[in-house]
Amino acid sequence: MPEAGRRIRGRRGFHLLVGGGLLLVYVALAALGPWVVPYGENEQDLLGVLAPASGDHWLGTDQIGRDLLSRLVVGARFTLTAAIVSVILAAVLGATLGLVAGYFGGRVDAALTGLADLLLTVPNLILAIAIASVIGAGMTGLIAATTAGFVAPLARLIRGRVLEVRQEDFVQAAVAVGLRDARILARHVLPHATTTLVIETSLLAGQAVLIGAALGFLGLGVRPPAPEWGTMLSGGREFLEVAPHLVVAPGVAISLLVFAFNIFGDGLRDRLDPRHRS
Amino acid sequence: MVPGDEATLMAGATASQADIELLRARLGLDRPLVKQYAARLVGLARGDFGYSSTFRGNPLPHVLARLPATLLLMGAAIALTVALGLPAGVLAAVRQNRWPDYLLSLLVVGLLAIPNFWLGLMLIGALSVDRGWLPSFGFTGWASLVMPTLALAARLVALVARMTRGVMLEELAKDYVRTARAKGLGTPAVVGHHVLRNALIPTVTVIGLQTGYLLGGSVVVERLFAWPGVGDLMINAVGARDYTLVQAITILFVSGFLLINLMVDVLYVLINPRLRHA
Repeated sequence: MPEAGRRIRGRRGFHLLVGGGLLLVYVALAALGPWVVPYGENEQDLLGVLAPASGDHWLGTDQIGRDLLSRLVVGARFTLTAAIVSVILAAVLGATLGLVAGYFGGRVDAALTGLADLLLTVPNLILAIAIASVIGAGMTGLIAATTAGFVAPLARLIRGRVLEVRQEDFVQAAVAVGLRDARILARHVLPHATTTLVIETSLLAGQAVLIGAALGFLGLGVRPPAPEWGTMLSGGREFLEVAPHLVVAPGVAISLLVFAFNIFGDGLRDRLDPRHRS
Repeated sequence: MVPGDEATLMAGATASQADIELLRARLGLDRPLVKQYAARLVGLARGDFGYSSTFRGNPLPHVLARLPATLLLMGAAIALTVALGLPAGVLAAVRQNRWPDYLLSLLVVGLLAIPNFWLGLMLIGALSVDRGWLPSFGFTGWASLVMPTLALAARLVALVARMTRGVMLEELAKDYVRTARAKGLGTPAVVGHHVLRNALIPTVTVIGLQTGYLLGGSVVVERLFAWPGVGDLMINAVGARDYTLVQAITILFVSGFLLINLMVDVLYVLINPRLRHA
């Protein structure tokens, strides 16, 4: 059915376009934040505390008179940095462990797989809370806490791909020619796992945003004066009655970002993974 | 290995160095690490989780006392997931490419992007603040269960509905459906008697895969609604730097994770007779 095929391909491109476009907007705001916002993120207007949206303050002001829009835009960099750095870290660690476990097999594999299985029994957010509470509130703790839960599933996934590839003739040939293991892994095995890795990583980024926001909400993320969205949500909570915009706006910012990562990942998977084309 | 000396923290700001040393000896903190660790493992096996500064003793009974509230919340979330997600997925599949289908895919994408605590906050804003239709704080009766359950279940409902739709579409295209229609059965009978049993499997799969979310999400939702469960206690423990308590709760969550996965495996066999002899 060429007609249906074209329609489905069109919808996939649409996902990539909308997701990618939204992500670009977020990245641009995160990069240019402090230069494009109308007010400083900690600048107070003490006469206009908890004001609703107006011409001066497009999204209103918070409990100590800070401009909500400026804080949201400047805050984008915390959420984006934490999410992107932690999924990239997790991808690097997970891919390395998965490659080593799958390629060398035997005891190395048994040890790494056992460790991964152990980690997988701790629910993501519980692990994140435990780690963040040990490292303490801040960007380092946030990134470590988010990364920790993603390494084991990615390692397991890559290991599976490596097991498929390592029996192939071209890998055996590379071994026979006497290439070093590191080179075989990097040049002949890894390329066959990159598609899987890229797709899963982009899908995990949405999860990373949600975990980061939850940690912020629980008071375990970036410390309060900094305009991190989850932290802002928990701060605005007590003013739900008088100033609902304090809770609505950061929530929309978080949800839209997660939405963008999710459909971008979906679009990427449909585009790159042949198994999803049927 | 957590930074900060527990004895110094417990003794308080006015304690002398001698007092701190005494306390350290009494807690066994002056012994070699390996011995401390071995003693700890022996204690765990006996149900002794160590000294929790919050409860001035073994935290286990206090943690267990809070377990029923958490189990109630998670049970209600699973029940709601089955009650909403399953029919929604079936409806979307039966009305494929018509408005119920489009509405559902829109809802799914939205629900997967919204953080559960933000959904909870929005519910509080809509149903509790000003109107007072539902209690938003603690457990004061069955009405207290409504909003936490909705907040926790939203993501699961979305996932189950999407998965059910996919499997239903696959099943509806199979030969046995054509046979059933050929002998004159209408859609409700075909779906009810033949297809639904096969479509139940993904519901169980999703709940099994999302056990981690259910446990982690319960912490955030319990915190938001001051729900008297284990998750709320965990955040209190983090705030009080009571790592014994954090550890006890983490161990409890891991046990819960393993237990739920075991139950899911048993359920699989009950639902799918083909697995009985495998």
